[in-house]
Amino acid sequence: MPEAFKFELVSPERLLVSEQVEAVVIPGAEGEMTVMAHHAPVMTTIKPGVVTVKTAAGKEERYVVFGGFADIVPAGCTLLAESAVAVGDIDRADLARRIQEAREDVADAKDDQTRSKAEQFLSQLTTFEGAILPA
Amino acid sequence: MPSLKDLRNRIASVKATQKITKAMQMVAAAKLRRAQEAAEAARPYSERMGAVLANITQAIGGGGEAPALMTGTGKDDVHLLVVCTAERGLCGGFNSQIARLARDHIRKLLSDGKQVKIICVGKKGFDILRRDYAALILERVDLREVKTLGFVNADAIAKKIIQLFNEGGFDICTLFYSQFKSVISQVPTTRQIIPAGVPSAATEATDGGNAVYEYEPEPGEILSDLIPRNISVQVFRALLENAAGEMGAKMSAMDNATRNAGDMINKLSITYNRQRQAQITKELIEIISGAEAL
Repeated sequence: MPEAFKFELVSPERLLVSEQVEAVVIPGAEGEMTVMAHHAPVMTTIKPGVVTVKTAAGKEERYVVFGGFADIVPAGCTLLAESAVAVGDIDRADLARRIQEAREDVADAKDDQTRSKAEQFLSQLTTFEGAILPA
Repeated sequence: MPSLKDLRNRIASVKATQKITKAMQMVAAAKLRRAQEAAEAARPYSERMGAVLANITQAIGGGGEAPALMTGTGKDDVHLLVVCTAERGLCGGFNSQIARLARDHIRKLLSDGKQVKIICVGKKGFDILRRDYAALILERVDLREVKTLGFVNADAIAKKIIQLFNEGGFDICTLFYSQFKSVISQVPTTRQIIPAGVPSAATEATDGGNAVYEYEPEPGEILSDLIPRNISVQVFRALLENAAGEMGAKMSAMDNATRNAGDMINKLSITYNRQRQAQITKELIEIISGAEAL
């Protein structure tokens, strides 16, 4: 039985999760990582993806996040998401709109740096769409 | 002296007005509760954001890595004022208070020989500032269509500000909004958002203590991602506080209006009753004196 630690998922609109959990899988900017109790302090940005939370009670919950960053300390983990929803509530239309916007960003990009950034974001979004929405 | 009929009409119209103001007050009360909840729900995010920001700036140690959004351009010649007001009136002095604060600020900056640019969020502030400073207004953000204020709205405004900054459009950006103290008191406030200023390290480094953090990617990169987000959060918070403040102000304004209408109805009813009584007495006298004359 792994030790539990405090996990908080916060979006600008509200506090989504604040409870004791066993493990959290975070889509970090440089690869997914699983956070458990007594993790070394890390701060990372996150890319659009799914956060999987395994609560102390043994339940597994999944949330979709669109960018943000995570602050991990041995005693807990705080995830500040730009926007977050439970996987069950994900709105296809909203996702499609985000992808559309990302495409426009790519088209509008003025210099190479912003373009590559926008393209990266777009590809993250589309891969993630494929992963979560089984056609 | 108005006739009885005039008085009757007058009373009816004041009663109708009272019904409207009463309804508006109740609507504002309901909306206030929601706005307050929204403002409260947004608080954890901005608090954590502040803590993380303090932490990371500490890590960087004020080195040259900090992005320009944080350190500023080193000048203070061009000021951008973002004035957030409500979209609708009928909320007492709420909008004019914010506008007055902004106007005082503008006057002071102009007399110091600075250049001023304005972005108006909300129709009312735009209407007021347009009279004196139409030439300075760059843009007007319209949130009238927005039913529930989302982070997206704030993000859009923040993006505009940041873009302008990157183009070298201004040196210092200040946010004007009304701080929601309580239902009856909203304090117009200013808050400088660019340069962000280094948040005081007093924000207790969380449980990690002084543990060495690992950063993924580099702290500088995280910071350059974080600062724009922080600006969005600040704008979002200002908008939410404004929304709650507007409803609070509207509620008390409409409460006053309802009470005034009540007073007016009382006064008018007394005049009406007196006059009616006078008329009856007059008619009686006429009848009696007519009978006596016989």
